[in-house]
Amino acid sequence: MISHDGIVTKRIVMLGGGTGGTLSANRLRRIYPREDIEIVVVDQNDDHVYQPGLLFVPFGLAHSEEIIRSRRHQLHKDIEFRQVSIERVDLDADIVHLGDGTELGYDVLVIATGSILVEDETEGLTGPGWMEKVFTFYDVAGAAALHDALEVFDGGRLVVNVVDMPIKCPVAPLEFCFLADWFFQQVGIRERVELTYVTPLDGAFTKPVASQRLAGLLEEKGVALVTEFNTGEVDGPGGRLVSYDQREVGFDLAVVVPLHGGASYVARSPGLGDELGFVSVDEHTLQSAAKPNVFAIGDAAGIPTSKAGSVTHFEGEVLVENIRRFLADEPLDGSYDGHANCFIETGFGKALLIDFNYDTEPLPGHFPASVGLPLLKESRLNHLGKLMFQSLYWHSLLPGRDLPGVGSAMPARGKDIEGAR
Amino acid sequence: MPIATYAGMAVTINDEGFFEDPGQWTEAMAPEIARAQGIDELTEPHWQVIKFMRTEFAEKGTGPTVRVLGKTSGVSVKELYQLFPKGPAKMAAKIAGIPKPRGCI
Repeated sequence: MISHDGIVTKRIVMLGGGTGGTLSANRLRRIYPREDIEIVVVDQNDDHVYQPGLLFVPFGLAHSEEIIRSRRHQLHKDIEFRQVSIERVDLDADIVHLGDGTELGYDVLVIATGSILVEDETEGLTGPGWMEKVFTFYDVAGAAALHDALEVFDGGRLVVNVVDMPIKCPVAPLEFCFLADWFFQQVGIRERVELTYVTPLDGAFTKPVASQRLAGLLEEKGVALVTEFNTGEVDGPGGRLVSYDQREVGFDLAVVVPLHGGASYVARSPGLGDELGFVSVDEHTLQSAAKPNVFAIGDAAGIPTSKAGSVTHFEGEVLVENIRRFLADEPLDGSYDGHANCFIETGFGKALLIDFNYDTEPLPGHFPASVGLPLLKESRLNHLGKLMFQSLYWHSLLPGRDLPGVGSAMPARGKDIEGAR
Repeated sequence: MPIATYAGMAVTINDEGFFEDPGQWTEAMAPEIARAQGIDELTEPHWQVIKFMRTEFAEKGTGPTVRVLGKTSGVSVKELYQLFPKGPAKMAAKIAGIPKPRGCI
């Protein structure tokens, strides 16, 4: 592309100003002078939500306004932020068509628009009872409304239901159960509340060792576990979840994690995404199968890892290196290993930590090395780590700084690989 | 590895009953595998799904999940459960002689 003064510059366009778009744009800005590369971030609104905070809102441990900041203000001053919706991407022409009718050409495109909740795909979910006795805490409005409902809940059956995978932060619904147990003990009505976790998986979690540990925790905390339940219908007035194979779970209050999909413009962009609107990219390089100048990061990417902020953070390093190589005509070899790292809040000021990648499931031990935070084990230290992370998120992770001791690749040291089974 | 015999042919299956080698599968085996799963007769819509599973596996290296099946096979999720009551993605994969679909994480 040629700028107005005749100098050849290139343009990198980031669709989405969330975790992935922001940290990658800031990292890219640091390696390229502004005269060489123009960086544009597009998002439909200016609300950057610290999504891990949503879990705490229903229990009054965080307020919705505390977890939202301006997207624009998280970006380096030499990055252009355009607040506009996205109509579609024309992969052949290297152009993004925007909602205001304008076009935005690119040399490199990064899809970082995350995932959206598709409540409508589940029969009855948004019907009568929605936001009255059926809630989700996966968006700001839902989490706030659920807080109001929990304040007046005086006992009965509370079910937490994951409709189907993939979802953002697959441990969050379990954390919700643990915190609900804590919350109802605090308000003194625990014995009047029946807690049930209803999942489409065949265990509490996807990975065997962690699944076993987490199922044990559910049991300790008196949370019933219903597995292989594929929710076909949510009957708000009747207070029932009905599975496709006609099983039923009754509730007085349901906390549902709706189906997820990619941003809606992906489906309007031929060749860009898969059936669910996630962008098909190589799981190690994050480069699109459809076009070499297109990449995806974070929840938007259709790769077999968790949709989680830590994943996005670790992908960021690889993505930026691969964009640099692509623009320099070098072969890509930045290689993402599927690394994920999640604190699991278990209530009473404690948390677990899990750390895993494509090949290694979450194991006991310590992170990042043999002296560090305990893995797969409840501890106060992990809880403090989770709380401290919010500040790191805004001040280190989004600006694209390296976190001390936490690299992109999963550390094997500190993990109890032999003793896991 | 366990060995099963379908339509008079010995095939290798895993502990859960999924084919180890989809190349060993023939259409003639499907009705027998289905009966063992409690499906007495494979109707036209069953075959539509089974063939779709085979094609998807050939193209992508894994069978689709129920949700993707519902969006792409031409059969709704509700009907899929009527056809394959014990879980469409797993049952249809077993009958179609392909590995268990890689679930999401």
